[in-house]
Amino acid sequence: MAHRWTNDLTHDDVTPKSAYLNRRQLMAGMAGLGLAALAPKAQAASDLTPTDFDVITQYNNFYEFGTGKEDPAKHAHRLTTQPWSIKIDGMVDRPGDYALSDILSKMTIEERLYRFRCVEAWSMVVPWNGFELKDLLDLAGVQSSAKYVAFETLYRPDEMIGQKSPFLDWPYVEGLRLDEANHPLTLMATGLYGKDMPKQNGAPIRLVVPWKYGFKSIKSIVRITLTDKEPPTSWNKSIPGEYGFYSNVNPEVDHPRWSQASERPIGGGFFAKRIPTLKFNGYEKEVASLYDGMDLRKNY
Amino acid sequence: MINTLNTLVRKVPNWLLYLVGATYPAWLLYAGFTGGLGVDPVKAMEHALGKVGLQVLIAVLLISPLRRFTKFNFLSWRRALGVIAFFYILLHFLVWMVLDVQIISQVKADILKRPYIIVGMISLLILLPLALTSNNLSIRKLGPRWRKLHKMTYLAVALGGVHYIMQTKGFEYEPYIYLAVVLGLIAIRKLPKKRAGHPAKRQAA
Repeated sequence: MAHRWTNDLTHDDVTPKSAYLNRRQLMAGMAGLGLAALAPKAQAASDLTPTDFDVITQYNNFYEFGTGKEDPAKHAHRLTTQPWSIKIDGMVDRPGDYALSDILSKMTIEERLYRFRCVEAWSMVVPWNGFELKDLLDLAGVQSSAKYVAFETLYRPDEMIGQKSPFLDWPYVEGLRLDEANHPLTLMATGLYGKDMPKQNGAPIRLVVPWKYGFKSIKSIVRITLTDKEPPTSWNKSIPGEYGFYSNVNPEVDHPRWSQASERPIGGGFFAKRIPTLKFNGYEKEVASLYDGMDLRKNY
Repeated sequence: MINTLNTLVRKVPNWLLYLVGATYPAWLLYAGFTGGLGVDPVKAMEHALGKVGLQVLIAVLLISPLRRFTKFNFLSWRRALGVIAFFYILLHFLVWMVLDVQIISQVKADILKRPYIIVGMISLLILLPLALTSNNLSIRKLGPRWRKLHKMTYLAVALGGVHYIMQTKGFEYEPYIYLAVVLGLIAIRKLPKKRAGHPAKRQAA
């Protein structure tokens, strides 16, 4: 079901406050009543200015192609993305290999302008194209016993040359709680700026969870497993004291090696000013209720 | 051959070394403004200055073993290289403080509580008096204490290597290779000398 969450991409409009409030009401309605399909599309623009396409595609952490920020743009051309399928297994009614083309024929692609906050305290604003993860999970039929969703990136060291280094334990794996996965903000992105997903950004299909640090948004996904146990995640396995399972953007909880209170928007050159980091990356209204009663300091 | 090279090395005036040394940060600045450092020139410049600073310090540590185990003699460059390295490390710190972290309360907090920043700061603070005493007057005034003081270079460079390892995210070989080279260059100085006296002194005479 597309258009459960709506924003507007015409960023050069100035946001009228009334319309912004309207969007919030829309969100509240969605969360509370699930009436999003009935809600009118928000008229106004978001006040976010998208980061330049060239910046989004030349500054990437995609360690499968190397550890430098420019390495993915240099090396990702080796990746072959056709044919592509996603194995969906575990606690689902219809497990199997889902060809990406079949999946896409059933989905409505939307545009979502999201803030993107890296755990390294830099940020961008990205106009993604994609569909809600929930729609894909519905295709496979999630069983009631499932509580978590595990994701896996392609492992193909011949094409993903960074996988020849022991930088991380390959393949990259990530996970979400089922309610996080089902949240209307959680996107399976197939493109950005209206173009097919650039290889360095996680072609052909990647996750985008805008209220979590970027490393949760796993790229080039080949497997999705529904499970009742919290799945292992790559950075948590690598440095458990620094990267937890939840990894929600939180200016109040520092990374052990740097503050998370502010971030550097990428693309502004030498004198780009830091901006304050927002709780849940600015999506507090939409997602805070998912963590009611949880100690976010412990569950970092 | 070696003697010709050594003569050439000795003939290079110090001001030329300082000039060449100063062109690197100037080039970084130019490249950063013209897109040559990619879309995040701040981090690129910060990392480049730190890394090249460490490399120049390693070159400084290499001079004495080179003299001892080969006949190459770069001793006349050592002071300039040391001062240039300090200059890079200082700029590395300033870029981090002014362009990267920016917010002064956050800078203070980082210096006080982030272990990798603390290690880097200690290294920089050790280098400061060494740079300030890298002149003939200080050598005369401090006498034998000057040599003692400047042995702190080993600690400063080793801490620089540790700082490099501590700031990595996943596992990378490179910072460990740097630290291994630094520790190797320090250890090599402990090898027993074959004969009494200072062979380097004869060579330099």
